This record gives sequence, C-alpha cells and structure tokens, in this order.
Amino acid sequence: MKKILLSIAALALTMGMTGAASAATKVCAIYVGPIGDFGWSYQHHQGLLAVKAKFGDEVTTAHLESVPEGADAERAIERMARSGCNIIFTTSFGYMDATNKVAKKFPKVKFEHATGYKREHDNVSTYSSRFYEGRYIIGQMAAKVSKTGTAGYIASFPIPEVVRGINAFILGAQTVNPDFKLKVVWVNTWFDPGKESDAAKTLIDQGVDILTQHTDSTAPMQVAAERGIKAFGQASNMINFGKETQLTSIVDDWSQYYIGRVGAVMDGSWKSTDTWGGLAQKMVHMADYTNVPADVAKEAAATQEAIRSGSLNPFAGPITKQDGSEWVKAGEAAEIGTLLGMNFYVKGVDNKLPQ
Amino acid sequence: MRIELERRAQPSALFAMLSPFIALGITLVAGVIMFKVMGLPPIDALYAFFIEPLIEVWSLHELAIKAAPLILIATGLAVCFRSSNWNIGAEGQFVMGAVAGSILPILFPEQTGAWVLPAMMIMGMAGGAAWGAIPAWLKNQFGANEILTSLMLVYVAQLILDWLVRGIWRDPDGYNFPESRGFSPEQILPEVLESGRAHYGAVFAIIGALVVWFMLARTMKGFEIKVIGDSPRAGQFAGFSAKRTTMFAFLIAGAFAGLAGISEVSGAIQQLRPVISPGYGFIAIIVAFLGRLNPLGIFAAGLILALSYLGSEAAQISLGISDKVGRVFQGLLLFFVLACDTLIHYRLKLVFSSNSARET
Amino acid sequence: MNIEMTEAILLTVFTAATPLLLAALGELVTERSGVLNLGVEGMMIMGAVAGFAFAQMTGNAYLGAIGGVVVGTLFSLSFAFLAITLVTNQVATGLALTILGLGVSGLWGESYIGLAGVRMETIVIPFLSEIPIIGRPLFAQDAIFYVSIALVIGISYFLFKTRAGLILRSVGDNHGSAHALGISVTKVRYLAVMFGGACSGLAGAHLSLVYTPQWVENMTAGRGWIALALVVFASWRPMRVIAGAYLFGAVGIAQLHIQALGYDIPSQLLSSLPYIATIVVLVIISRNRRLTLINTPASLGKGFVPDR
Repeated sequence: MKKILLSIAALALTMGMTGAASAATKVCAIYVGPIGDFGWSYQHHQGLLAVKAKFGDEVTTAHLESVPEGADAERAIERMARSGCNIIFTTSFGYMDATNKVAKKFPKVKFEHATGYKREHDNVSTYSSRFYEGRYIIGQMAAKVSKTGTAGYIASFPIPEVVRGINAFILGAQTVNPDFKLKVVWVNTWFDPGKESDAAKTLIDQGVDILTQHTDSTAPMQVAAERGIKAFGQASNMINFGKETQLTSIVDDWSQYYIGRVGAVMDGSWKSTDTWGGLAQKMVHMADYTNVPADVAKEAAATQEAIRSGSLNPFAGPITKQDGSEWVKAGEAAEIGTLLGMNFYVKGVDNKLPQ
Repeated sequence: MRIELERRAQPSALFAMLSPFIALGITLVAGVIMFKVMGLPPIDALYAFFIEPLIEVWSLHELAIKAAPLILIATGLAVCFRSSNWNIGAEGQFVMGAVAGSILPILFPEQTGAWVLPAMMIMGMAGGAAWGAIPAWLKNQFGANEILTSLMLVYVAQLILDWLVRGIWRDPDGYNFPESRGFSPEQILPEVLESGRAHYGAVFAIIGALVVWFMLARTMKGFEIKVIGDSPRAGQFAGFSAKRTTMFAFLIAGAFAGLAGISEVSGAIQQLRPVISPGYGFIAIIVAFLGRLNPLGIFAAGLILALSYLGSEAAQISLGISDKVGRVFQGLLLFFVLACDTLIHYRLKLVFSSNSARET
Repeated sequence: MNIEMTEAILLTVFTAATPLLLAALGELVTERSGVLNLGVEGMMIMGAVAGFAFAQMTGNAYLGAIGGVVVGTLFSLSFAFLAITLVTNQVATGLALTILGLGVSGLWGESYIGLAGVRMETIVIPFLSEIPIIGRPLFAQDAIFYVSIALVIGISYFLFKTRAGLILRSVGDNHGSAHALGISVTKVRYLAVMFGGACSGLAGAHLSLVYTPQWVENMTAGRGWIALALVVFASWRPMRVIAGAYLFGAVGIAQLHIQALGYDIPSQLLSSLPYIATIVVLVIISRNRRLTLINTPASLGKGFVPDR
C-alpha cells in the first residue's frame, strides 16, 4: 500500500513537472459522437490529427469523444481547460453555452466553438462551414443526371443548416430544370444506419432516381448502390461504399482551419473571430466527380470554381419563398442573418417544413 | 471443478460491508492486467480513474452533479422494484418532468417571484408522476405489461421534447436553433456552495434517499410494498391492494425522476434542449440494483457510477485512453460488484469431484 | 399503389424487422427458462462487429454470420456465469453486459471504420419468388431471413411440442418443482441464455452483413431494447413475436412513406407511431388476461440456488 502511495505521489510530481517544463502547445478537442461514426465527429478528429501531423512535437493533443450535450459537456470542457489545454475545439452546437461558461473561468485558454453564434468572451471564437455551397453544386448535378426529375433528400433535423442545404440544393437544380422536384424525409436522427437505409429505400420506392443525405452514416449510399441509382455523399468521402454510385461527396475538411488557429495560438496572433468558411477557405471540399458524363463533371467543376472565386453566390436573387412571397430581389444577395436562421423553404420544395 | 453456492442461514453482515471492497480489489487487479495488455501504464490509468476526479474541489462538485440524478431516480425506482413493478421507463419520466417543470420559465420568463422555483419543482414532479401513471394505469386496467409500456413511453417522451424545442418552445432570439430560451436567473436552481457548480439537485437527492429509506424501513406503506413485492398473494390476504401499490410505486418513481429532470434542466443546463439526459434513467436501473434497492446503498452506488464516468474522462484526457476502454472498465467494475454481492447471501464452494454433491 | 411498389415496401419492412425478430426470438427462449437478460443490445453489437470482422477476414458473409453467432454465444456466457452460477441480479447484470458490449465492440471495430462490408447474397427460390406481391419479399431474400422464419416455426414446435421444450418451460414457470423433479435448472438456463446470445449475435450480423453492410460504433442504435419489448408484446409466444416485429417494422416504414408523399404531419409524431402502435396493440391483446398469465414465465428474473 505504501509503495502504491509513493508511486502515486511520484507520478503526481512528474506530471506536475512535465506540465510546467513542457513548451508544447496542448491542443484539445471534444466530440459529440464517437470518432468511429465516419461522419461529423470523425472529420473533426481528422482535423486534430492534421494538426499533430503538421506541428509534430511542438503540440500535444487530447480529445474526448461521445460527450453528451448538457451538464456533461461543461464538466468535460472544464477538465480539459484545467489539464493545461491551450486551445480547445468544442465541436457541437449543443456545447455553445458550456463553452462560453468555461471560457469565462479560463481567460488564458482559447476556445473554438463549431456551428454556434455566441462569443461572450474574447477568448471564444466560432467557426462553421458553408456546406450549402456544395449542396448547390450537387443540386445542379442532380438535375442534369436525373431522368425522373425528382431527387430524394434524407434530412436529419429541421435546423437552419439543414434547411439551408435543402434550399441550396433546389436552387442549384432549378438552374438546370425549373420544374425539378425534391422529396424530403426527416429521420429525426443524425446517425442510425438502419433508419437512414429505410428512408433511402422509401424514397427510391417513391420514384426518385438520385439520392442525397444530410445524415452521417454511409447506409444511404449503400442502398443507392444496391438499387442501381446515383447518390451524393455527406461529411466524409463515401466512395468506398458506392464505387459506381457516388457522384461526389461534400466533405467537411477542418484541417486547414485547425492548423491555422493552432498556429495563431503558437505565434500569439490568435484573436476572437467568427469564421464561416466554404470552398474558398477549404472548409468544404468536394470529392472527385465520378460516375457522371464528362460534360456534367466539367460544369460541376466550373460551378465549384465560380463559387470559390466569389463570382457565383448560391443565394443571389431573385429568390421566391415557398409561400410565393419575395425573399431576395434580383441583383441582391441574401442577408447573412436570414441565412443563419433560415426556417423556410424556397419555391420548388413540395413538402411543408416541419416547424 | 465447478462452483457451488450454499445459502447462509442469514445474510452476512460482514460481507455486506466487505463485498464492495473485495470488488474494488478485484477491479484494481483486473485493471492492472487490462491496461498492461493494452500497453498502457496501469498505475497512471487507475490513478486517473479513481483518484484524479476526487482530489480537486471543483471535480467533487461535478461528481455531485452527475450522481444526484442517478440517486434520485434510482431511489424512486427502488420503490417500484421492491413492489415487483418493472418500471424501466424512468428516462421518459425524467424527460416529462423536465418538460412540465419548464412550462413556467419558458412561457412566463418574467415571473421571478420566490414562488417560481418551488412551483417549477412541483410541476416537474407532477409531470414525471403523470407520465409514470400511464404504465401503471394500463397495467391495472388492462393488464398491459409495464416493461413494454414504460419503455415505449421513453421514446414518445423524447419525441415530445424534441417537437417542443424545435417548434413552439424554440428560443425566439436563437437563430431558429433547436433550444428554448435561457431561464431567467431567478428560475435557475442555485448553487449550494461558492466553491463549485453543484446545485440543489444534490440536496434533493439526499432528502429523497432519506425519505424513501424511512418509508421503506419504518412505515406501514413500506411494509405493504415489500409484502406485495415478495408475494402478491400474501399481500392480498393481508388486505393490501396490488393495484393501489402499483399506482403508488409508479407515481413515486415518476415524481422522483421528474424532480431529477427539472433539477437537471434548471440547475445544470438552464434551458431546454432536444437531448437533456445522457441516459440517466437507464443507468439508474443499475444504480438501484447495485445499491441492493436500499436508498442508502443507492446513494453509495450512485457516487461510484458517477465516479466511473468522471474517471473515464480524466483517463482520456491525461493518458489518451479511448473512451471505449473506459466503458469496458466500467462494465467490468459493475460485474465484479454484482458478483461480490453474492457473498452476502451465499458461501462459495469449489467442488472438484462431481460426486460430492447432487448434480444440479 | 402498384404491385411493384408493394413488393418493394414489404421487402424493406422484412429487412428492417429481421434483426428485431431474431433478437426477440432468442430472448424469448431465454426468458421462457426464467432468465431475464437485458443485455440484448450488447450481445447484438458484439454480433455486428464479429460478423463484420469475420466476413472481412474470410471474404465470406456466411462465415461472418457464423462468427457473429459464435461471439454472441460466448459473450452471453459471461452473463450466464454471473446471473446463473453466482445468482447476481439479472436486470443489473444484463445492463452491465450492454455497457461492456458497446465498449468491447468499439475497440474491436476501430480498424474497420470506413470500410465497405461484405454483403450477404440474395437467394432466389425458383417459382415461389414469382408469386405476385408476396413472392419477392418472401422468397428472394438472404439466408438470415430464411433462418429467422425457420426459427419461428422451430421454436414454436420446440416449446410446445417437445419434451425438451416442456422441460424448459417448467424451469421458467417453477424452478423449485423442476429441480425437485430432477431437472438441472442450471444446465437448462445456461443453454437458454446461450441460445439467446446466438440469436442476438445473428441479429447483429444481419445488421452488418445485410441491412447496412458496414461497421460503425453503436450501429444497433437501440434495436436490442425494441427486441426486449417485443418479447413482452408477444406474451412469450413465438408466433406473436413475428407479428410484433413486422408490425413495428411496417409502421416505421409507413411513416417514412407518409413523409415522402408530402403529408403535413409533424415528423416527431410520425416517428413515435411505432411505439404508440405497440402500446395500443398490447393493451388490446392484454385484455384476455388468462392467456397472458398462462404464458408468463412465473420464475422470470429470479435466481435459483438449490437447497442442499
């Protein structure tokens, strides 16, 4: 017993010492799902791994996975802050208040909160990704490739980000086929391979011949492959699950942003910012255009380049809301506030948005 | 060789005390072996699991926050399980308690009188009790098995919460994100001490455990519950109504879970969100049995389980141990604790030849 | 609705229901012996990862399924040892088994994330599969589906028509008198728990080899719990399990179709339909109390130690 106590004391001592002596920047991340989801949390973890690969011994990393939103999140973030993390990426919307509360207690630690909007202290930044840019591109592609003129959309929850994606998709499709139809099914989960697969089958049975998803698992891609229709991937590159099926995938790529922010902490230039990056900032990355005729791939690449360079804005007017009222006038672009809180469909979506 | 059990004439008080420590000892040994096999430093890992969360004051507060709902729910469940009512839907009762308790802060944020918090707590208990009454009523009225009905109502409760926070209860200033408005400061359950985050939910857990302990040990109602749980026929002869007991047990369990729900929302989260529980209602079932359905035992079991969560986190951060390892370790710990409890009622005998005892 | 669409919908329903059916059948046999194993979710996820792993190693989905069965069985033995030999509390031990299973499967499967799985092939039965409407959904299916149907019939026969089945039920109904008759309660219960583990393992393998041929953590997503509820729903009778599983699957798929057709109903209400439907049907069938009581194993959840 005495021996154990001694070794514990020695251990505490060495841990204290390494903490003080080490000059490495400690980079931490906290995920809402398991890193094995091959979706949202997986991609954030890839970002953390990219930081480690880039800076090597200059950084140490730590992460927590499957941390539920709510009371657990605040404790987990606080434990990270106390363990000597210099910068903490909190990667779920539900961590917003917890992040700000802990940030208040630890003014020297930098906090990066994904997809939220609260920056109550100047050691909190927020960042998010303009996935809708990718959705506009795949909307165009869908309208070109589809024979039935109807696409299926497997949606998770009616939050602004998902609604934005649906609108961008239909706006992209309408540039090719003004009568393009979209069937939306809400599965009320981010991740349940079985349920997503059921939704995919349902949509195919109802006559869609192209499938897109805003849920995390690769199950819909597999169903599309099995039924011989085309599909778009989400979050990660799903080509392994549909070699002859995936047309492209909208990949979340956090590595550039994470490397940049960690670099800023290291050279002392870190400031509280709000980043909403898309193709231009390399936060959104399109997987290779595959399984489409050359001209479709070429046009998709051209659209991608136009959005990247800023010459094309997916939410440029004129845009009419589903109820027929005018949203954006011709020659104008949508306001960022409306985009952030989007809770309506544009014209062309048949279903009513669940509210 | 095989293991045989021999029933003790009466439960061993010695082993009732010792068994958790024996379990801890086995867990430590198993932990050393497991971490060694995985190439992790065993002493450091065990330190992170069992000591690190306990040496700092803030972390003790967090332990209380995590343990309080588990203890509160499990105490209520003990009343159900003691009376042989298989309520496995405490998660749903927790959620509906939180929903009912949040009516005031969400619809009437300007109500900040001293009456508001008590009213919220009472409404939370009522909400949980009402949700718990459904399976009880279905059982009494139609003979519908409560395992199924209480479990199914968990999913329904979660979807009701989801519908509310994405729809009519959504924060008008929240960019249409799925969350309710933040509660006003007067509608937030205050912290107990200056030194950390633990709120009055922890106090409720202590009071709840004491009340149920007293009821079970000292009152006629407690006697009735135990008699009906052990033998419904004997209960009938004694003039106790099984139906009334079923309803009573579900109401108590629901009210306790509901109080845990509104305490968690008002004290720790301070708004309503689509997901407010990391599975407290299910983990509490383990806590209830780990505590041998005795509120005082439940108190200890709740703390141990909460510690295993905090410890797993500490080990992930300080040693980079995967959370999966934490979960395996948690599972093993539970296995050992359950296995050692056998010693209270039985003697273990290793039988080497097959003819020394009758084939069982 | 045309014939082709009806066929497709039935096929979807059967696929969605098969893992529920398998796991529930296994649990039914376990519970008939008087043991309540709440670890179905944990045994299923172990079957899923093992099924995927063995299929990857061998390139053969059938060997994968066998792997799932074997691992599910072995995993259930840890529960059996505690709950039967050491008479620990069954409810708590089952829940601990689930926690353990989720952890172990996550560790085991780490290297399989992002890999496409081996899909089990469809076996088309000639002539029968050409019957309109029910032909394709019933007779152009994977091997695990056929096994699940065979199990329903086999277990019904076993429980109610064989001596061994009678012994199993008598152990579940009154372990004391079964013991007095010279039946080895321990042995019967071990076998029943292992059968439950095997079925849950196969159910998990169905997920990772047929339903969604891939491995991701927590991919069972609560199906083990539904399976547990289905056993109760069926009042411990195999034929009712199949009805319950297909009803649950059908309501789940129907709500997706209602959405895709564009009806304006809150998706949360639609998502809750399978749960509400199960409760309502249970209430209706429970009114015949005598029938329910006859089938409920009286010793369910109670440990047994013979007096010596």
